Amino acid sequence: MRQWRFEVFNREGFSDVHGGSVLEDIRELGISSVEAVQSAKVFLIEAEFDEDFAGRLGKELLADPVCEEYYIGRSAAPAGLAKATLIEVHLKSGVTDPVAESVTAAISDMGMAVNNVRTARKYILLGDISQSQTETIARKILANDCTEDCVIGNEAEPPSPHLKPYELKIVRLPLRNLNEDELTALSKEKDLFLNAVEMQAIQKYYAELGREPTDIELESIAQTWSEHCVHKTLKSSVDMSIDGEQVHFDNLLKETVFKATKQLNKNWCISVFSDNAGVVEFDEDSAICFKVETHNRPSALDPYGGAATGIGGVIRDPMGTGMGARPVANTDIFCFGEPDKKLEDIPKGVLHPRRVMKGVVSGVRDYGNRMGIPTVNGAIYFDDRYLANPLVFCGNIGLMDKDKCFKNPQSSNLIIVVGGRTGRDGIHGATFSSGQITHEYETIFSHAVQIGNAITEKKMLDVLLQANDANLYEAITDCGAGGLSSAVGEMGAELGAEVDLEKVPLKYAGLNYTEIWISEAQERMVIAVRPENLKAIKKIFDDENVESTVIGKFTDDKKLILRYNGQEVANLDMDFLHNGVPKYSRKAHWKSPELAEPNIPEKDDYNDQLLQILSSYNVASKEWVIRQYDHEVQGNSVVKPLTGVNNDGPSDAAVIKPKFNSDKGIAISCGMNPLYGDIDPYWMALAGIDEAIRNLICVGGRADRIALLDNFCWGDCTKPETLGTLARAAQACYDGAIAFEAPFISGKDSLNNEFTCDDGTTIAICATLLISAMSIVDDINKSVTMDAKKAANLLFIVGETKNELGGSHYYKIHGRLGANVPKVNLETAPEIAKRISTAIADGLIVSCHDCSEGGLAVALAEMAFAGGVGIEADLRGLPKGNDCSRIDTQLFSESNSRYIVEIEPENYDAFASLCLNLPFGQIGKVTEEKILSIKAQDGKAVIELDLDTLKQAWQKTFNW
Amino acid sequence: MAQVKAIVLRAAGINCDMETRYALELAGAEVQSVHINRIIEDKAALEKFQIMVFPGGFSYGDDVAAGKILANQIIHHLSEPLQKFIDDGKLVLGICNGFQVLVKAGILPGDSKGLATEATENTEKRQLSKISNQSVTITCNDSGKFEDRWIYLAPQTKKCVFIEPGRQIYLPIAHGEGKIVTKDTASMEKLKADEHVAFKYVNENGEEGGYPVNPNGSVDSIAGLTDTTGRVLGLMPHPERHVRLTQHPHWSRHELLRTCGRASAPHGGAMGHEPRTADGRTIFDNAVKYIQKNF
Repeated sequence: MRQWRFEVFNREGFSDVHGGSVLEDIRELGISSVEAVQSAKVFLIEAEFDEDFAGRLGKELLADPVCEEYYIGRSAAPAGLAKATLIEVHLKSGVTDPVAESVTAAISDMGMAVNNVRTARKYILLGDISQSQTETIARKILANDCTEDCVIGNEAEPPSPHLKPYELKIVRLPLRNLNEDELTALSKEKDLFLNAVEMQAIQKYYAELGREPTDIELESIAQTWSEHCVHKTLKSSVDMSIDGEQVHFDNLLKETVFKATKQLNKNWCISVFSDNAGVVEFDEDSAICFKVETHNRPSALDPYGGAATGIGGVIRDPMGTGMGARPVANTDIFCFGEPDKKLEDIPKGVLHPRRVMKGVVSGVRDYGNRMGIPTVNGAIYFDDRYLANPLVFCGNIGLMDKDKCFKNPQSSNLIIVVGGRTGRDGIHGATFSSGQITHEYETIFSHAVQIGNAITEKKMLDVLLQANDANLYEAITDCGAGGLSSAVGEMGAELGAEVDLEKVPLKYAGLNYTEIWISEAQERMVIAVRPENLKAIKKIFDDENVESTVIGKFTDDKKLILRYNGQEVANLDMDFLHNGVPKYSRKAHWKSPELAEPNIPEKDDYNDQLLQILSSYNVASKEWVIRQYDHEVQGNSVVKPLTGVNNDGPSDAAVIKPKFNSDKGIAISCGMNPLYGDIDPYWMALAGIDEAIRNLICVGGRADRIALLDNFCWGDCTKPETLGTLARAAQACYDGAIAFEAPFISGKDSLNNEFTCDDGTTIAICATLLISAMSIVDDINKSVTMDAKKAANLLFIVGETKNELGGSHYYKIHGRLGANVPKVNLETAPEIAKRISTAIADGLIVSCHDCSEGGLAVALAEMAFAGGVGIEADLRGLPKGNDCSRIDTQLFSESNSRYIVEIEPENYDAFASLCLNLPFGQIGKVTEEKILSIKAQDGKAVIELDLDTLKQAWQKTFNW
Repeated sequence: MAQVKAIVLRAAGINCDMETRYALELAGAEVQSVHINRIIEDKAALEKFQIMVFPGGFSYGDDVAAGKILANQIIHHLSEPLQKFIDDGKLVLGICNGFQVLVKAGILPGDSKGLATEATENTEKRQLSKISNQSVTITCNDSGKFEDRWIYLAPQTKKCVFIEPGRQIYLPIAHGEGKIVTKDTASMEKLKADEHVAFKYVNENGEEGGYPVNPNGSVDSIAGLTDTTGRVLGLMPHPERHVRLTQHPHWSRHELLRTCGRASAPHGGAMGHEPRTADGRTIFDNAVKYIQKNF
């Protein structure tokens, strides 16, 4: 068999965009000796064709006839004055190579068969660079160690991955005679992440069975019992001391977040906390499901791949909820270290935050855009405690038939795996995500990184929607964390299941039965199908080249039986697997920190401070990110993420119109404020809820149809003080949900977000609670955006401004935290939300924006420059609390529950009577002159800046 | 009047088929979304349709280059029926990825003669020689990344049946490979001389400009191309994403739209004016009207 090598270069005169961006990254690393970078695509094709065909391949398929040229064989380094260094980047064996798959299919369209295709990237660096610089460039910019190999110089490419077939060898792991230490050692050796108590429960089970476990049985138990899958910390019983007062929870989650939902008992909640996503009613025929997941550990190791599979994975949640939903929108919220960190300040084993951010954004972009799902809402938060543990929250909203919100798998249904093939990628993802990372994890857990292929998922989505319309399956779920083990195990929990593992289609030979069972290879779903529907459903899949394979069937004996080539490798009781995990009791501790307000001298004006806050990472425009996401695909956008006269103002929330034939919409938002958690996580959580709800209200969401999602990302919760902060936040979730009558419908936690550096020090993330929220918009034609609209309109603020600068951005720019964290008045906050919502529905409001990070001054600035009109504001109209006489407090306090609304003068009376008994006041008007001015009580301007200056300050930070 | 029938092509990775279908339905067509495998199985499948749309998306992941793998599939399996479709006087529209496919399959701009003489009886071979001698292609944006933004388009020709001459329209682009380039200046001149240029990127006052007015660095600000007949149109922007007024990014500014530099009547639906048709609809409306008149 002949090995062909094709190299494809840009033709002279056509710019090499990829090479150019690599050069930019090299300069950013501080290496100035590289003068130019040339990039080339490399195709390695193993096939029996002749030179003529090879020529056709180069000309007709691999190279563009206008802007590229191809070279068969290995091209020599360009001759010239500058020294040339060659680096080639190849995928590690077993890593999915979608381009290779497409090229194989395209060559077959040309009438030729090939044995194997691989692709690589080649870089020619021109300039005098040292060996160590070359290695730095290869490692830090060109390749990721987890998935790629670098070949430096003119060496041969890595050998083609022809793997040996697997021969069955059943492995037993005797544990009946082990003592506690030996059990823990076994758990550690096998990366099970099970503690001594859990190992003892397993030991007891096998003692009763009178045999030793097989490896696959232990792996199944380990991943079913992993923190990722059962949330044992949040469900544990907690003895808590709050400033010395003792509180007990039998089950933390059930007595906080769940309890509110249960107590509210809304009839529009269809399925909550039970399926892959929460489900609520949309209209008579349809339901909405919403899920937000984290994909933190994989994104820390491989930002691009980790984030891509994060979004790919969460899309499969609505696809696997009930009988399956059609995804209509994505959300993305990220937390990173600050991107201007010096390279030498980055701990060993950690990627630079700028590289993490660029990689994460590209990963979400490439996967989400390819899936054809608009990314409509998000946020990015920066804090150096996220340096080693970046957080990547991906959310997906789907629309489904209201009568298909529940699954109904039955015994004798066939178990079918649909979509992508199974490989070694993502092994131990579920257990891995339950532990802490250290500087060595990059090598130890590189196999936990999964590699995605969005087109495989899109193809699978297309056929599953057809099969669902034809009612050809009884149940569906995704292969997420834990792979087939988790999907089949959960679907068959009440029934029992038998699986023949050798039937599972593999990407390449050599996987053993355990790897097949626990692999977290992407783009796979499991469905339960009646035998009589098999032919019809297979035709739907085959017709669009989607692979589907019967791998077993559901039974009625409540046993999980796994075989390989007819030999039994596992025989477990479903009951033990799903209910055998020991219940925990944990200690938690909360003591209010002793903090003081800083003493910052007052100033005559606050122009510089406002500009500084607008430029700060958390407040600055994220347009660089947002534009890379397709937020228009599906044609459902109503309120877009960027809004205003130049399409660049920051929308509070997104509104989409998910059905072509209906003007009903969905508003989607989020709220998060980790800095407040440094003062009190209780108020942090309530501020997050209030913020997410404010955002929904601002665009026209109904106040009585709000559903919430929680994502807790915390440090090591075996530490009582860490669990204490989590329990504080969980209590706030209960109080907030009850006060706003906004039930939680779904949630997820990611604990142990701590990093052990090579010097033994630990970096823990700050307590981070993401609140995602959605509501119904009855008529999208009445939605409102945040950009100020027209001169002479009146501006009002609803909600009281208090002396609450604790954790604010104003204090942050002074390097201070403060003590007065913004609180939420649980009586007035829901009332204000209701009235604003009514005013918008009545058409009284033409623009609406909430006060959040940076307070009143930032909100007014954003409204003005988004609308391209001036604002003249006067603090005399500001409704304010006691102890709020300082001008900086009035301008920058981040008090919750505040909305700025723009009213046409003729609507003043109607609006004022609606706001009766609420704290509200006129704070100014919209003007022609493109200036923001804010006058203090004495009539002196404390802010006076033109719109261009304000907008530039806001936009320059991420003008990458 | 006979019912206008339109086909929206589906294939792995195409993802704008539903809204494209909706846009055609709004214009009055009866629409079917058909997977490419069905057309390859039954080459006569195209005959009952008069409008064929190649929608946006990432066909086959845009592997190798945007639209390349689907273009290759079309050349080798569908050259004949597609050529017949065009020769029969029917309409073909390629949006975003669909445009990339039409260019990479040599259907647009459709001027490369190459070996394509009457003597070449095999359409597949003729198409292959066309793409080998192609003088126009679409490549990576100058910015090096995917971008979603709204842009103004000025029509450049009166001969393309999809286009309302003189009406500047506002549409979103969403692509990473949308930069149109030609082999050399001569081929550029020929494109212009033969009236292949359908749309150019302009600012709100109708003037060409640098980034972001021209969002990808296309030569001469070209945003779309038409063939010699004016019945095949390909464009990077997405007309199907602006078929209702509330898709316009400034719709919530109501009457303010009037001052946004739009020469023609404002669309002020919410302010009590007669709403002007959403800009993207004109493309689909014109196509359906053309078929109604000519078939």
